[in-house]
Amino acid sequence: MTDKALIELGDAIAASLENELISSSVSFGELTVLVRAEHIQKVLTFLRDDKECCFKQLIDVCGADYPERNKRFEVVYHLLSYQLNQRIRVKVKTDEDTPVPSAVSVFPVANWYEREVWDMYGVFFADHPDLRRMLTDYGFQGHPLRKDFPVSGYVEVRYSEEQKRVIYEPVTLTQENRDFDFMSPWETAKYVLPGDEKAEAEGK
Amino acid sequence: MAEVDIKNYCLNFGPQHPAAHGVLRMVMELDGEVIERVDPHIGLLHRGTEKLIEQKQYLQALPYFDRLDYVAPMNQEHAFVMAIEKLLDAEVPERAQYIRVLFSEIGRILNHLLNLTTHAMDVGAMTPICWMFEEREKLMGFYERVSGARFHAAYFRPGGVHQDLPAGLLEDIMAWTETFPKVQEDMETLLIDNRIFKQRNVDIGVATAEEALAWGWTGPMLRSTGFAWDLRRSQPYEVYNKLDFNVVVGNAGDCYDRFMMRLAEMRESVKLMRQCVEQMKAGPVTSLDNKLSPPKRAAMKTSMEALINHFKYYTEGFKVPEGEVYAAIEAPKGEFGVYLVSDGSNRPYRCKIRAPGFAHMQSMDLLCRGHMLADAPAVLGAMDIVFGEVDR
Repeated sequence: MTDKALIELGDAIAASLENELISSSVSFGELTVLVRAEHIQKVLTFLRDDKECCFKQLIDVCGADYPERNKRFEVVYHLLSYQLNQRIRVKVKTDEDTPVPSAVSVFPVANWYEREVWDMYGVFFADHPDLRRMLTDYGFQGHPLRKDFPVSGYVEVRYSEEQKRVIYEPVTLTQENRDFDFMSPWETAKYVLPGDEKAEAEGK
Repeated sequence: MAEVDIKNYCLNFGPQHPAAHGVLRMVMELDGEVIERVDPHIGLLHRGTEKLIEQKQYLQALPYFDRLDYVAPMNQEHAFVMAIEKLLDAEVPERAQYIRVLFSEIGRILNHLLNLTTHAMDVGAMTPICWMFEEREKLMGFYERVSGARFHAAYFRPGGVHQDLPAGLLEDIMAWTETFPKVQEDMETLLIDNRIFKQRNVDIGVATAEEALAWGWTGPMLRSTGFAWDLRRSQPYEVYNKLDFNVVVGNAGDCYDRFMMRLAEMRESVKLMRQCVEQMKAGPVTSLDNKLSPPKRAAMKTSMEALINHFKYYTEGFKVPEGEVYAAIEAPKGEFGVYLVSDGSNRPYRCKIRAPGFAHMQSMDLLCRGHMLADAPAVLGAMDIVFGEVDR
């Protein structure tokens, strides 16, 4: 599909969902619509049932974390229409406290995907039938894909010969996790080079 | 005699069970031997791939994709490099596209060989796996000859493939495609008309096309219900639109259909491989953009700039413009997609991996309800589950 057809599709969706839709855009040949989180069920039902859309399949639901934003989380839905041979991306924004209505009643496949988002990001889904953790360990604490969660995690496990069971211990790293900075000093990095503060003081 | 209340029995299937195809724990509620409810507990193989990818540069993140669905490694890489290429708007030379298709189809056969034979083993047939692993070994030999590794190839690179094919490989692949159909036929005769195999699979785990769509099925699972959808045909990538192949569709939507479809898909893959070898012309295999591909060894011996380029390419990597894309390929198991968000730096900001097995695994409850306990391995086998990609 060409970009023009995508823009038309986006406009048609925007016309039908005036109150629910915030914006729609086309980039890299893909259509993205941003909608209000509280209306996500209505939007997905419309996209599934409308004659012009027929996005019959929910391909994927995932989260993304942007800590600098006011509403730090995005929940991204990817839908596929076999009739149009077209994909659409629906996004909602939320934060740690605001639940997103669950899409399970519209697409049953959303069940595990939403559990995964809950597990990885701590985004709460209202009216989800079974919001347990999905991929992490039983009794895991925290939400690992958040940007403020360290790659090494907080605990490590080992089998204890004394206690005859697997035990959890705070993680110890023999070598610090190396994080390389590839920013060129001419580009963006704000280094405080020793001595620079004098030059600034003189300039004043 | 007084009636006795029989309580439902709760059974733990796995996490260590030979028919669980890895580490899967399923909590099953049984009424006698009839399954009332299945609750799969996945995540025992969770390695935090998505978190790790966020810490790595694009090129360093690539090998993680081999380790997702480890029975068909290159197909996974394909989705990732396609996502990067989409963001960069990079062109892939034609020869590299043919090589990619060739090795994607080898990956498909690798996957189907493993799946079909382990499925057969789950329901009691030992011989196919012994015969077919020989063929897998030959295919992995081809993998080794192009990339140096039998499994974890890291061969597909943004803008092309790592290096050109070694001399004589195409002839050997062609020779293999001549002999393989006979081997496949031999294996088929052991199974397709076998009474026990049919009893274990026909009308087991039936789903309709509506159910398949609602539960997010893709690939052979979706097509087994009679829904003709193949990304290679409907949203062709690389050179698939220049090649002649059939989309295999089932009609009953049961385990036996899925098995037969995969057999037919292997024949199509062999056809595709032959076409690739025949149509492939000489030419470059890496991107002509110097930012995207390392300089040639010969150039590095004489040119200072080439040496600097090489050093920067492998230490700093390349930057990818800001934006977000979703790239999907028809992996052997279904639609394998990568949702890639870039913030303009040399590392992905977010990389969500959409694994087909994850959605399929979820419908285990739907497919098993009302079946006997012994049918669960057959359903699981026909589902084609590999935990590397389900748990990520």
